[in-house]
Amino acid sequence: MSDATLGEICVVAVADTFRGDGEIFASGMGTIPMLGARLARATFEPDLLVSDGEAFFVANDLPVGGTDKQVEGWIPFRSVFDTLWGGRRHVVMGASQIDSFGNQNIANIGDWNKPKSQLLGVRGAPGNTVNHTTSYFIGNQTNRVFVEKVDTVSGIGYDRAAELGEWVKAHHELRRVVTNLAVYDFNTPDHRMRVASLHPGVSIDDVTAACSFELVIPSDIPTTRLPTDEELRVLREVLDPKSFRDRELPAA
Amino acid sequence: MADKRMTEDEAVATLSDGMTIGIGGWGSRRKPMSLVRALLRTDLKDLTIVSYGGPDVGLLCAAGKVKRLVYGFVSLDSIALEPHFRAARQNGTIPEVVEYDEGMLQWGLYAASLRLPFLPTRAGLGSDVVKNDPSLRTVKSPYADGEELLAVPALNLDAAFVHLNRADERGNAQFLGPDLYFDDLFLNAAAVGRRFLSVEKIVPTEELLKNGSIHTMKINRSMVDGVIEAPNGAHFTNCQPDYERDEKFQKEYADAAKDPETWKAFVETYLSGSEADYQKAVAAR
Repeated sequence: MSDATLGEICVVAVADTFRGDGEIFASGMGTIPMLGARLARATFEPDLLVSDGEAFFVANDLPVGGTDKQVEGWIPFRSVFDTLWGGRRHVVMGASQIDSFGNQNIANIGDWNKPKSQLLGVRGAPGNTVNHTTSYFIGNQTNRVFVEKVDTVSGIGYDRAAELGEWVKAHHELRRVVTNLAVYDFNTPDHRMRVASLHPGVSIDDVTAACSFELVIPSDIPTTRLPTDEELRVLREVLDPKSFRDRELPAA
Repeated sequence: MADKRMTEDEAVATLSDGMTIGIGGWGSRRKPMSLVRALLRTDLKDLTIVSYGGPDVGLLCAAGKVKRLVYGFVSLDSIALEPHFRAARQNGTIPEVVEYDEGMLQWGLYAASLRLPFLPTRAGLGSDVVKNDPSLRTVKSPYADGEELLAVPALNLDAAFVHLNRADERGNAQFLGPDLYFDDLFLNAAAVGRRFLSVEKIVPTEELLKNGSIHTMKINRSMVDGVIEAPNGAHFTNCQPDYERDEKFQKEYADAAKDPETWKAFVETYLSGSEADYQKAVAAR
């Protein structure tokens, strides 16, 4: 029986989104996405490039908050933009709201003209989503986060992408959404969000109760895979010895 | 050989109401804060501010100086949301708001710096950026692909403020930290005569290359009209490697913003005098 925590299960689920990506920039916004990218590179996807979150690519398995960097490249913001417009990147961003086609909002809650709550602004989400693969990590899935319609479309979903040109359609990919409850993908005929796996102990009712739109629910839903012993070792001993993962996502 | 040294107050004295000012740095990193503080001391109003926003945007919003704000984000980095910017947006006190994708902002500055009317991109297409700024237009590729692209208009600036680590008195400047951000584009997008550079230290020209490699010298004197020596001038944002962000002060700033009375006291303590008074009050904590 694995003793993996929810935080560890989520890190591994994020890491799995990078499977097969090869020699591109694996970029994670926030502790768990960043750990997911670093874990993927440290284990099954060794060609990935990961950054220190500032301006350097690091070749070593850098712990969260670590400063002992083996620098293998320079990635200031201008190069980030060049890399992402060039398509050599897969980002895992957060989302304050997301809808069934994967439209994401990090800009504000309420009417954009006079928001109830002003958040970050759209940041790089519009450019990310039209240029390269994007996934999302959401640490607190509720029916106010999984919404019918997001207040400001920052990262664009499949319905919006379908209205754009052939180039965008060919390069837009929302690979997965990882939450504290489950993993979702868009592998459905009309690219509506589908339950890909449920985390251990989570029921389909838990998931639908925390969602305001109709999820595609396959008849047979697997359980999200548990971390391997080696993944747990790398995570606990090397990448996150101070356990920031569990602070960000305490077990229920 | 022009000696371009001046003070912050002399720099902001060249500005007038309604101007468009670009502010370099990124979030709460290497912001030209002493120039922003000088701006706060003036009666200037109805400004358009263009920024990868941090406390520069927050302070100018709190002071009611912003008529139009152009940004890709506003954040204090270690504190995700900028309290004054949030309050201004939520109370509807910024008359015109232009929210771009981060890359669109770069493109607008780059177009201005190349004297082009626009630059095409896919960033922004399909998002609510185009809904919320109805003045944005698309352009069709004239080549066989015929693709429809977003035409980001040039962000022509009346003035630019940036803060770097070192410069000589003629405006050859050097960044010693990990990232130039888009400071060169802010300078190049701005009108000649009002491109202002503050630095931690003014040094003889021959010292520049002793501090760092040629790659740190991205700003040459043809891009700069005024050089201001401003030690600790980026405070409380960071200015690596000279200093890190003053997290304690940033928290004090963010906490003070939560309540009008505490904010008034913060302004009284730190922002009611000269830059020297500010630095003294910061040191006296």
